[in-house]
Amino acid sequence: MTMSHAITAGFVPLLDSALLVVAKEKGFAAAQSIDLTLVRERSWASIRDRLAVRHFDVAHILGPMPIACNLGLSAPAPKMIVPMALGLGGNAVTVSTALWQAMAGEGATDDLDARENGVALRRVIAGHKGEPLRFGVVHPYSGHNYELRYWLAASGIDPERDIEIVVLPPPDMGDALAQGLIDGYCAGEPWNTFGVLKRGGHLATVKAAIWRSSPEKVLGVNARWAETHPKALAALLVALHAASVWCGKLGNREELAHLLAQPGYVGRDAELLLPALNGNLPVGGGVVQNIGDFFVPNAKAATFPWKSHALWFYTQMVRWRQISHTAEHQQVAAETYRPDMYRAALKTLGLAMPSASSKVEGALAVETPVGSSGALTLGPDGFFDGGRFDPDDVDAYIQAQRIG
Amino acid sequence: MKPNELNVLVIDENRIRAAIIEEGLRDAGYGQVTVIDQMHGLARRITELNPDVIVIDLENPNRDELESIFQLSRVIQRPIAMFVDKSDEASIEAAVEAGVSAYIVDGLKQERVRPILKMAISRFNAFSRLNRELEETRSELENRKVIDRAKGLLMRSRGLSEEEAYALLRRTAMNQNRKIVEIAQSLVTAASLLDPGAKE
Repeated sequence: MTMSHAITAGFVPLLDSALLVVAKEKGFAAAQSIDLTLVRERSWASIRDRLAVRHFDVAHILGPMPIACNLGLSAPAPKMIVPMALGLGGNAVTVSTALWQAMAGEGATDDLDARENGVALRRVIAGHKGEPLRFGVVHPYSGHNYELRYWLAASGIDPERDIEIVVLPPPDMGDALAQGLIDGYCAGEPWNTFGVLKRGGHLATVKAAIWRSSPEKVLGVNARWAETHPKALAALLVALHAASVWCGKLGNREELAHLLAQPGYVGRDAELLLPALNGNLPVGGGVVQNIGDFFVPNAKAATFPWKSHALWFYTQMVRWRQISHTAEHQQVAAETYRPDMYRAALKTLGLAMPSASSKVEGALAVETPVGSSGALTLGPDGFFDGGRFDPDDVDAYIQAQRIG
Repeated sequence: MKPNELNVLVIDENRIRAAIIEEGLRDAGYGQVTVIDQMHGLARRITELNPDVIVIDLENPNRDELESIFQLSRVIQRPIAMFVDKSDEASIEAAVEAGVSAYIVDGLKQERVRPILKMAISRFNAFSRLNRELEETRSELENRKVIDRAKGLLMRSRGLSEEEAYALLRRTAMNQNRKIVEIAQSLVTAASLLDPGAKE
């Protein structure tokens, strides 16, 4: 078959690069006449720069990063769009043995409950002497940074006064923890499993416990490339969707672990990758917890680029003073995510798709069927503190967080 | 402040490349050049040095850390722009192409920064050329070793002279439209499979 679309995609070696890897390795890209080249990068900054100068047409990227680019928060700033998400969930917060012991002494448990373990952390911090505890995240404009801060703030901890947050490359987190340079970190997989199994760390909580079914990595696309290559982009979305279906099947997880383990991709032993793919996370001390919503590549409209997700990231940028809140900024954020393109590209597949482009985040307490066909279910999607984000009332949400 | 008084920081874990850049900048009259080749305590070092321009390898995984350091105003008081100018696409492209990225304190005029970026780009290119040549020399040596071993095998097993052995390898390569070294490698592999104990 002759390939009609040549597409170069950048990725960072993490589990949630799975959709791109599977699209290539399992032939879903080729089936759409796409010659897909994957290029591994070591930092999100490089992913962004190489998207800007069109070394990459598309990339595996942090959900908030395209928004930050379009808001002019980083340079060089390509105009970017997000026509698809690359899954939900996937992160965890790992802490050092010493911090875990202190937290356990204040009532933290292995069940990773965000509320209880957050309270325990607050008590530890209240009694902590000397240098403030230090936590690592992967980038200032990352879901990791925002969910860690959300968890801390909702637990009564001021993430800027009570602790220190630093940025580190994910593969270095485990070593930094073992050397005492940091006391904890929020990162994607396999770096929590690595920290627990190889560096004596202990899970404190997971993204799915802080905010269930929450957004993480997305497909970032150079807007100029998208304008000039609409067919290639639509074909890629179809291929990635097929890859998400494949990744969603439990029976494929073992093979997925081996695909990702290859040196050109994540490049770590499959044994290190499989726990998170299956949602059976080593917590520490030999305990394993099953977290159903840990790795969600397809179910719950996991690849749908909700405008409410973009807007939530935006509210956190405002909350942590990365940008001022204006109607114009809010509009830039909302328009970065493009559910219209997602729908247009996938409509011929006859999928059950959300009919709305935004939803109230935190409104679904249980799994809820949506859409006319009933084949799609969303939720539960609650924030651990019972918070709700109504994308139609961004002002109120920002105001409430300012006071809180 | 004269142009050569700009305070330039080079962050590169590759000491050889860092040295090449440093030398270039000093030759060009930039007296205040500091090289950091390890990331530990980066934030503190940057605060102490208070650089006007930071040159960093694009492949450095600590770029994300660096960007967060810039963002925290308590560490660096002045905002930082990347590359020469956000709109200067040609420079950005050339820099990314070469594998270098530069962070520049906002407010510095383009014409003062451009020579530094140009220097870094050309030095990065020179370094990768050097690396490529080294790599080529290394594989050239490897190839010659394999061909010598294949010649030895042919000389022993078929009673050929060295020239005849080489001619046979070359003819076979030409007939099969492959490289001599590939034919030689197949021969060496086959020989070791047939007789694992043999020394060629």
